[in-house]
Order: sequence, then C-alpha cells, then structure tokens
Amino acid sequence: MTHWLIAPVVLPAMLAPFIVLAARYHIGIQRVFSIAGVVTLIAIAAGLAWGTADGTVMLYLLGDWAAPFGIVLVGDRLSTMMVLLTAVLALFVLVYAIASGWDDRGRHFHALFQFQLMGIMGAFLTGDLFNLFVFFEVLLIASYGLMIHAGGDARLRAGVQYVLFNLIGSTLFLFALGAIYAETGTLNMADLANRVALIGPEGTVGIRVAAVLLLLVFAIKAAVVPLHFWLPSSYAEAPAPVAALFAIMTKVGAYAIIRVYTMIFPPELEATAGLHVQWLLPAALISLAIGMIGVLAAKRLDRLAAFSVIGSMGMVMISISLFSPAGIAAALYYIVHSTLAGAALFLISDLVRIGRGNLNLTPQAPVAGAALTAGLFFVGAIAMAGLPPLSGFLGKLLVLDAAYGTDLMVWIWVIVLGSSLISILGFARAGSILFWKAQSVAPPEDAPVRMPPSTMSYVAVGGLISLLAAHTIFAGQVHGYTTVIAAQLFAPEPYITTVLETQGKLSKPAEDH
Amino acid sequence: MEFLLASAIGVMTAAGIYLVLRLRTFPVILGISLLTYAVNVFLFTSGQVVIGAPPVLRDGVTVYTDPLPQALVLTAIVISFGMTAVVVMIGLGAFLGSNDDHVDDQPEIADDQAGGTS
Repeated sequence: MTHWLIAPVVLPAMLAPFIVLAARYHIGIQRVFSIAGVVTLIAIAAGLAWGTADGTVMLYLLGDWAAPFGIVLVGDRLSTMMVLLTAVLALFVLVYAIASGWDDRGRHFHALFQFQLMGIMGAFLTGDLFNLFVFFEVLLIASYGLMIHAGGDARLRAGVQYVLFNLIGSTLFLFALGAIYAETGTLNMADLANRVALIGPEGTVGIRVAAVLLLLVFAIKAAVVPLHFWLPSSYAEAPAPVAALFAIMTKVGAYAIIRVYTMIFPPELEATAGLHVQWLLPAALISLAIGMIGVLAAKRLDRLAAFSVIGSMGMVMISISLFSPAGIAAALYYIVHSTLAGAALFLISDLVRIGRGNLNLTPQAPVAGAALTAGLFFVGAIAMAGLPPLSGFLGKLLVLDAAYGTDLMVWIWVIVLGSSLISILGFARAGSILFWKAQSVAPPEDAPVRMPPSTMSYVAVGGLISLLAAHTIFAGQVHGYTTVIAAQLFAPEPYITTVLETQGKLSKPAEDH
Repeated sequence: MEFLLASAIGVMTAAGIYLVLRLRTFPVILGISLLTYAVNVFLFTSGQVVIGAPPVLRDGVTVYTDPLPQALVLTAIVISFGMTAVVVMIGLGAFLGSNDDHVDDQPEIADDQAGGTS
C-alpha cells in the first residue's frame, strides 16, 4: 500500500497550521511556504495521475482498517485528474494573490488557502460518503474565511448569505446521509453500489428520497438553477483570487454528481429511474440560459464573470445529465476548460479594477494598462463564450455531439447555441464599454493617477490563458483521456472489488502477524 | 418512542424552515440551529431505535444498538456547532458594519455600495 494517495490531503493540512503558528507575522515566509507547498502538490498530483493513467485504482486504508469498516481514500483516473487540475489552478491563483498584494490585506490568507486545498483534495479522493461530508465542511469553513478576507461591509453581507446557504446545504446533506444509512446500513461508496442494487422494486421509497436529497445537495454546490442564488453575490464580492479558486468549488459538486450517480445510483437503476433525464437535464438547460442572460444583463464586470460561471456549469451539467460515456467525456473536457476560463475571467476583472478603481459597466476614463488587460479580456471572453479557436468551442462541440440523437436533442441544441449567441453579445458589450468607449470619455480633473497592475499579475493570468491554449492544442489527447475516464466510470467493478476486497493488516487473522 | 422521536424531528424541521424563511439574521440562525438539532436526532435514529442496549461488544449481551450513528452524530454536532459560531460572528460583523440585518440583497443599498466601495 502506497502512502502517496493521502499526501495531497496531509501536505496542506500540515502546512496550514505551520504557517499560522510559525510564520504568523512574516508575510514573506508565508508566501514562500505556500508556493513551495503548492508546487509540491502539483508534483504529487502529477505522480498520482501518472500512476492511475493505466486504469489502476489506488487505495489507501486509513489506519489499515479494511473497507467498509474503515475509511478509505480511492484514487482512480477521475479523482486524480481533478486533484491535478486543482493543484495547477491553485499555483496560478496563488501567484496572482501574491503579485497583486491581496494576501497582505487581511490575516491568514495562506493558511486558509491551504486548508481550502486540503478540503478540495479530500473531497476528490475520498471513497466514503460521510467523509465526503466532512471534507465538504473543511473546504466550506476555509472558504468562509477566504470569502470575507480583507473585510468590507458589502463583502461581509455577501458572506452571511454564502454561509447561511451552505449551512442549509450541509443540513440537507446530513438528512440524505441519515436516510441512506437507514436504508442500506453503510456509507462506503463501493459497498453502497452493491447494496443499492439489491433493493427490490417494492422498497424503493426511502432510497429514492435519499437519492433526490443527495442530488439537491450536490446541485447546490454546482450552482444548478434554481439552487444557484448563493453564487452571484458571493463570487462577485469575494476577493478576486479567492473567486478564481472558487471556480473549482462548483466543480466539486459536478464531480460528486458524476461519482455518485454513475456508481451508486446509475441511470439504469430502477429505484432512481427518471431522476437524471427528467429533472437534472431541464435544470441544467435553464442554468445555461439564465447564466448567459445574466452575462448580458450584468451591471458590473465581477457579476458578469459570476454569471458566466453559472452558465458554464449549466453546460457541464447538460453533458453530465446525458449519462452516456460520450456525455461524461465531454463534460470532463468542459470542466477543465471552464475551471481555467472562469478563474482567468475573475483575475482579469481584478486587473480592470486595479487599473480603473471600480467594475461598473459604464463608460469611464481609460483603464491603466489597458492594452494588455484588454487583450487578456478578449481572449478570456472568447474562451468563456465558446468561440473558435479556443477550447470552449471544442468543448461545446463535444457536448452537442454527445447530445446528438438523444430525445431532447432539439432542446439541447437550441439552448446551447442560443445562449452562446447571448453570451457573445454580453461579453462584446462589456468589452466595448470597458475598453473602447473609454477613449471618448475625458478623465475628470481630480482623478487619481492609477498604476497599471504588476508584471507578475499579468504572468499569472497569462499562465492560465496559455493553459487554455494548451488545452485546445492537445484537445485530441485530453479528450482521448476523458473518454477513457468515462469508460472507467461506466465499468465500476474494478473500483468496487479493489475497495471491498483489499485486506487491511488489522483485519487479517492473528497468526499472520 | 418512535412516535415521539419522529414528531420531534418533524416539529423541529418545520419550525426551523419557518424561521429560515424570515430573512433576518437572528431568526435565520435560530432556524438553522433547529434544523441541525432535527438532523442530529434523525441521524441518531437512522440505525434503528433500540432502548437500553449497549453499543459496544460485551460478554453475555445479545442485543446491541448500532454505534455508528452515534459517532456520525458526534461529528455532525461538532461541525454544526462550529459553523453556527462562525455565522454568528460574520452576521454580527455585517450587522455592525451596515446597520442592517437583512439576509437577502436590498437592491438600492447594494447599488450604492457597488458604486462606493469597490
């Protein structure tokens, strides 16, 4: 048994208290440790992704207790890919936070950042539903702190909404877990997959309620309409690097839906029949439409970015709710794209804020550092709206292709294409107001001189954009890999047998010692 | 016993949801506390209600109660207690800062702040 699988959880968990206790008053030392930690995390995540790329399912028994009695961490292709994506995103976000000085505007940014990473990594790696709840709480507690980092009334008010909404979500999660435990007597995902399949058609009421409750919880996390109301204010008011890191948090919800509803409640299961196509797909279509209409209607650039995140989550959920291998593969390709593009947009809106003082979409004097910022906004908008040549276009094409021939194909095509047009209009309007109309507005006499953002900020955003470019250039390979991931998800037997049949040292008979 | 527990969960959930919909910080926090109490009792009963039976293996005993829900409830209690403390502090900060304890967005105020602070 290799111990590397728990390293992405343990490393930030050790680093965060160290930063609080030993480097409390030294922002320089905090920065060094934080960056070093994230770089190490990328190396570990890359190693794990490499180790599982051939289809091996890595298993870590905590305390060497065998499942389903002990808690397990499981790494397969999907979870290690998400871990790698998180680590890479974290590096660029961290570089931006340091370069723009956001981390120095309040206490404990780096410690909370590491705790946040710990929660996200744990949520991706755990093989136990209650453990998933615990890691959700870890990432939420850290995100509460990060969300109100640097204070301010508007931010605190948005923070209250965010915390309350998520508390209700956590309570629902506990109700769902209680119902599942009462029905099946286990919370281990692999064990659940076996036991839920045994429930006869006459006794499905309880498990059906539990499945719907669980779907609601994950839909809150993934900000699927009508459970998206927490997202626009909190993402818009959160500090820009934090909002950029939050781009992965909605994907935690998407990941949980993919994991639970391919393995435990697969589409062909009678107990939960109809849940996926009849409920999830329409909600996803409405999310996409609402998100992109929000992009057009937004009065501020940060709100625009937040609504584009809702829209792109709608696209991801459309693809997921097809629950076909092609759909999941397209969803995973789009998840990587939308995480990077969403994060880039939040950071770009912060570049505009630095150069302009506010984010209102009204004609004002030119943005300091306009040329570079405008260029980055142009590329980011193309990516998010899904125009060629960037990966948003390819991702959308894959989703449309996966939807081809399904019952709701007409609806999916019409809404995806229509909302793309609306989002293009929205981004074009925002860009032209911010950067073109500015040329015709004279700066007021007493306007303070604004410095353009620092070079390192541009490097961080440029890094995200170049990752998007790489995601486009190597689209064939990436999509090939996500297809293999989807194949593994739809054949969960190796996962289940690995988890349930690996013996822990402590569960072997005594004479073996 | 089952009836008592079930109606307690039901009443607390109903009261909790009613309070959550009040849209002021204090009732909402009280409502969420009630909801977490309800969910704690619900989790506790999810392993079947057995009265007067030990949860840990012991000589000469044949009837046991399920120990796992008790462990789950402990975790849930700790987490919800901590979370309530956090939301009280943030809510207090927001109230003292903007002198308003509405949980929902107040459109006119939000626009003023948008122009003023960001």
